[in-house]
Amino acid sequence: MMAEDRDFSHFVRGPVDGLLTLDLIFENVDCAACFNDIEEKALALRGVELARVNVTWGRMTVAWREGEASAATVLDHLARCGYRAHPLQAQNAELIERDRTSQLLRCLAVASFAAMNVMLLSVSVWSGNVTDITPETRDFFHWLSALIALPAAAYAGQPFFHSAFMGLRARRVNMDVPISLGILLALGMSVVETALHGEQAYFDSALMLLAFLLLGRVLEQIMRQKTRVAAGNIAALKGRTAHRIQPDGSLIVVPVDVLAPGDEVLVRAGERAPADAVVISGASTLDESVITGETNPRSVSAGSSVHAGSLNFAGQLRLRVLKPGAASLIDDVAALIERAGEARSHYRRLADQASQIYAPMVHTAAAATAIGWIIAGASVHDALMTAISVLIITCPCALALAAPTVQVVAAGRLFRAGVFLNTPEALERLAGINTIVFDKTGTLTLPRPQLLNRSQTPEALLQAAANLCLSSRHPLAVALAACTRGEVLTQAREISGAGVEAFVGAERWRLGSAAFCDIPEGGHREAASASILYVRCGEAFAPLVMDQMLRHDAVATLARLRSEGFAVSILSGDHESAVRPVAAQLSVDDWRAGLKPADKIAALEAMKAAGKRVLMVGDGLNDAPALAAADASLSPMSAVDLAQAQADAVFLGERLAPVAEALSAARHARWLMRENLGLAVVYNAIAAPLAIAGYVTPLIAALAMSGSSILVTLNALRARAPSAGGATSADAPASSLSPSARPGASP
Amino acid sequence: MNVLVFLVPLALFLGLIGLFAFVWALRNGQYEDVKGASHRILSDDDLLK
Repeated sequence: MMAEDRDFSHFVRGPVDGLLTLDLIFENVDCAACFNDIEEKALALRGVELARVNVTWGRMTVAWREGEASAATVLDHLARCGYRAHPLQAQNAELIERDRTSQLLRCLAVASFAAMNVMLLSVSVWSGNVTDITPETRDFFHWLSALIALPAAAYAGQPFFHSAFMGLRARRVNMDVPISLGILLALGMSVVETALHGEQAYFDSALMLLAFLLLGRVLEQIMRQKTRVAAGNIAALKGRTAHRIQPDGSLIVVPVDVLAPGDEVLVRAGERAPADAVVISGASTLDESVITGETNPRSVSAGSSVHAGSLNFAGQLRLRVLKPGAASLIDDVAALIERAGEARSHYRRLADQASQIYAPMVHTAAAATAIGWIIAGASVHDALMTAISVLIITCPCALALAAPTVQVVAAGRLFRAGVFLNTPEALERLAGINTIVFDKTGTLTLPRPQLLNRSQTPEALLQAAANLCLSSRHPLAVALAACTRGEVLTQAREISGAGVEAFVGAERWRLGSAAFCDIPEGGHREAASASILYVRCGEAFAPLVMDQMLRHDAVATLARLRSEGFAVSILSGDHESAVRPVAAQLSVDDWRAGLKPADKIAALEAMKAAGKRVLMVGDGLNDAPALAAADASLSPMSAVDLAQAQADAVFLGERLAPVAEALSAARHARWLMRENLGLAVVYNAIAAPLAIAGYVTPLIAALAMSGSSILVTLNALRARAPSAGGATSADAPASSLSPSARPGASP
Repeated sequence: MNVLVFLVPLALFLGLIGLFAFVWALRNGQYEDVKGASHRILSDDDLLK
């Protein structure tokens, strides 16, 4: 397997000063302390100048002198040391998130620094105002505050000013408009007051507002970056490569991304088709379950078309690539997705809804205050001062923190439970669900077939099969290897299209089809979808029944979901004979089989029309439109890329429990968000009348704003604890991407 | 109270040094791998050289 040439030029960066750099991700390193060993091992290789593991992101950067080492030698060296690494390409989106995080952090640093120093001066003025401060000292402090506050706000306020400007240009009032207005007015009024030798200045309020708001933004941004990096890691772990046939007939392993239409690729048994393609030569059967949900294999020969992601069961296929890239579509799936996605884009986030009501209300209140005071006989200066203090004190500090803080804490909890949110509003959408629709193949069932008759199989034969299957690339053998524990027999050899053979002592051991093992066919068939392998050691033999098996906790999870009041149904593209037993086992009454993507959408639309809020859980290409059409959607990590892209969240591992976990976390989070919005409303209900009446001083503004923000943030921390009755989430840590959770190991 | 005229700016200057130290650390990638740093402090490999 190391004999082929591999082309990593796609991933390697440089050379910079004669150094080539490559980013790697490891598939089996869970202990954070192993990095020391990995770095040492990598540095021991000749030519390697730098090896540094980033434990936070689970990645490593290696750099070597051009010509003295190569990507292949580094990877092989690490593999020999027991660390299977995959090259990784930092995606553009990831770099953008990183820049944004560091920009926000810089803004936060500047705003906090300025807020702390200005507060120091403000406290002196406040205490001085009630004791014996001289007007000269006060003016000095105010001018000093202005000197700090104006440049700091100009720098740290940029994210808000920019967003408010963009919103206004699009004729929309977003949350950043009242924020920007409040800050600018507070600063402007303070400068005027300072110039007029006034007693009150709001420099500290403006800066504290900025610092609190930036804190919320930073938290939100860090979570988003974390999600993006995790998605990049998952994509790299899938390690999708293809065997490209070069013009001279040699084979080279290239990443799927560099394939072009017209390229010829070789797909061996046990590998997945790297792109939509047409068969040039060879014949085989293909497992297209990730694409159509259908578990029965389809035979293909020269001229047949092949979808990206189909698993080659038997012989070698030579394919010509038709359309490279992830977007491989069937039944006009793309058009369906687009139409289905439109309906969902109308969703408005809770915070946006709040700001839509909030901004006009606050601005009207401020204007009314100014007019009211003038009518009541106050001077224009005093009336404007009061109006501006209304704007400052109602500046949506707590409101802006209310949703993001909860989101960050809840997303962190889900992250640890192995659920990655794809979109920021996923939590809110998940929270509104009352009906759950599952796909069968790969969602309710495990992505690989499992050994069903383990207990009926004699121990010795089972062990022999476990040893033999390690020498085969056939998907069934790979699946068998994943659920048994064996040792490689060095004398074993694979006979293509038949099975594996080994001579142990005087005995001939074989694993494969019935004919290959000299066993009369038939008599062992259990279910229509089952595949049977045979193992033979000398005279003894046994059948091994391999079939799609339910995820281990599927029954328990569905029972839990039903007990929590969710309606559960199954929509599958598979045959009725395959769906019926699964539905019976899970005691789901509402199931339908043999559905095409358009049928699934129609079924979902019917449910939505009946007033249900539907969560779709699916993994196949045929589920992608349904995932886009549902009110919310989840995909297992083994899902095809297109399905994952449509899902609101992706869950890891072999368990189904993350679905229930995600739902209960989302409900809890939505409850806390509403609670927080409620707190913000209460705060405004108390503070705004005081401001309108003209009782607010900078001191009261500072206390009220920081108090409400801290209250809201503390309340959000409650999202961390699982809600009552929630399952524990500790047993599926996000970092352990077990190999068995991955579809199709890379060659 | 005249002492304030140079003491307050002095305090500000000290604060600014802290701010610049943070921005330098951020740009220098000191926050890239916080988790790793907590393990690296325990390794003794720098003593062997």
